[in-house]
Amino acid sequence: MTDRLPTPGRLRVAIVDDHAMFRTGVRTELERSGAVDVVGEAEDVDSAIELVRATAPDVVLLDVHMPGGGGGEVIRRCGPTTKSTFLALSVSDAAEDVIGIIRAGARGYVTKNISGDELVDSLARVAAGDAVFSPRLAGFVLDAFAGTIEVAQVDEDLDRLTEREREVMRLIARGYAYKEVAQELFISVKTVETHVSSVLRKLQLSSRHELTKWANDRRLI
Amino acid sequence: MTDTAADPQGAPPRVGGLRRASRPVDRRLLGGVAVGVAEHLGVPPLWVRAGFVVATWFNGAGIVAYLLLWRLLPLAQPKSSPGVESATRRGLRTPGRIGPVDVLQTTAVVALGVGVLVLLQVVGLGLNDGLVVPAVVAVVGVAVVWRQLDDASLSRWMRQRSGWALASRVGAGVALVAIAGLYVVTQERGWNALVDLASASVVAIVGIGLLLGPWIVRLMSDLGAERRERIRSQERADVAAHLHDSVLQTLALLQKNAGDQATVATLARRQERELRAWLYGDEADEADTWAAALRAVAADVEETHQVPVEAVVVGDVALDPDVAALVRAAREAVVNAAKHAGVDRIDVYGETDGRTVEVFVRDRGIGFDPGDVPEDRMGVRGSIVDRVERHGGTASIRSSAGQGTEVALRMPVRTDPTTSIDHTSEGEDPT
Repeated sequence: MTDRLPTPGRLRVAIVDDHAMFRTGVRTELERSGAVDVVGEAEDVDSAIELVRATAPDVVLLDVHMPGGGGGEVIRRCGPTTKSTFLALSVSDAAEDVIGIIRAGARGYVTKNISGDELVDSLARVAAGDAVFSPRLAGFVLDAFAGTIEVAQVDEDLDRLTEREREVMRLIARGYAYKEVAQELFISVKTVETHVSSVLRKLQLSSRHELTKWANDRRLI
Repeated sequence: MTDTAADPQGAPPRVGGLRRASRPVDRRLLGGVAVGVAEHLGVPPLWVRAGFVVATWFNGAGIVAYLLLWRLLPLAQPKSSPGVESATRRGLRTPGRIGPVDVLQTTAVVALGVGVLVLLQVVGLGLNDGLVVPAVVAVVGVAVVWRQLDDASLSRWMRQRSGWALASRVGAGVALVAIAGLYVVTQERGWNALVDLASASVVAIVGIGLLLGPWIVRLMSDLGAERRERIRSQERADVAAHLHDSVLQTLALLQKNAGDQATVATLARRQERELRAWLYGDEADEADTWAAALRAVAADVEETHQVPVEAVVVGDVALDPDVAALVRAAREAVVNAAKHAGVDRIDVYGETDGRTVEVFVRDRGIGFDPGDVPEDRMGVRGSIVDRVERHGGTASIRSSAGQGTEVALRMPVRTDPTTSIDHTSEGEDPT
């Protein structure tokens, strides 16, 4: 996640978070980088939807927990027609919320202690249509897709990771940047991005009932 | 701290060592019976729903079974950590909802089932015609009332003795009683009338029971619920007090050490980790599993050496002597990275599939040439490589100047059944 993607022009980013202090901090960091225009801020679900409709930002930086139903609700209500992409940003470690917002349509998940440079890189990556997986999200994914399924499922391809995707996820969980993953597996960065996007798609579309059961089990620990 | 540890067994509620099925309140369509049974048996809920529908073709056995299970299976409320619960209460997150696909599929299955049922009725293979209408009405009435009861015990506002819940319950009860009456009045048949009268009386009693039963049940459960609520609020107050103490103490320490950047960062990070563990319950309760031990190592080194350590853990196994040795070797690797690599972040990744345990410790620091490490340097050779190999595992260290270091540790999990979670690190040197 350290290599920057070439993007035409500056990224237009909206910040949605219910903590004003945090918004200010992120805004300062993003503006200092010079690669990002912050087009607006919102503090709850309704104002966020308004902001997205009015400004159509490239990327919406979205808090997971927010008044009005959380970040997932924003994505759902903006609908599939919106041109903006969503990057979830959270202090929450609750796996079901992280998986939930990805399943709602976010293109990635980063934690709030991410450095400014890494955040800008992640924004660029999401804007370019790729997925951003932090080590923690990769861990959640490996957990969710762990084991083999015995029963024949509706769509097998969606319900398991390929060996290659698993390798990529493991390397990301080990703290490798995409470029390092590519070097390690002797593939191009583009291929790594393809694998990660494919995992994201499976995470969003899989009907694998273990995925929900797993989230449920976690709550019972 | 920052990781995922699924219970290897899955974690359905256990009573006396037996796995008990329950009805998950957050994912049910009607009573949650199908979802609960499906989860218990490890099959998709749709199969179970289809099974109930098919069984209904045989004299309504499916419906009877469903109603029985509905009454007998306990309702399981999703347990979540305080942070998630409070976020849900304040509307900061959207709780899990039932997918439209589920509803559609089930509707389709039920429609199909009803179609076959009607067909059976028409060709004369079904129930006695005179019984069908009362039976259907009774089932619908019971379903409506029980669903209300479930919800009523769920949350306080649903317990109100007015509004929609009351109206539907009274309506169902009255309808059942009325049907029973009508049934008797309209069926004027000789000897059979006696049998009919008996069954009509049963329906009437059930109807009256529905009318009055909920109040009796509610009165009893209200008492229990109030007592539980009182205990819970006391617990909450205790936890809040504890929390405030720890946060306030950290804030005081921060003010005192405001000039020392490293100390401030460490204090803040420790407090963050503690709060997060409490709020989102990532820390496993028992300290005698591998995942918990690895996380503890990360937290401990982070605190001692003031370098952030990101730990991601997938899966979990019991901490037998071999695995404990692996954790100690991993600790040595993390300490090495913290001391010598000169980095501001170390990644620890642990994974197990139940047969092998792997731990990777990675930094992007100055790195070193493993060949240059003198034989007598205790750290790398003795504490990491030899220790792991002594226990039947493998260790590899990859490092080059400027590129950072990655230590990979692998250990097969002993399948010896005597190795249980009880004897953790007997005969092992304490770290």
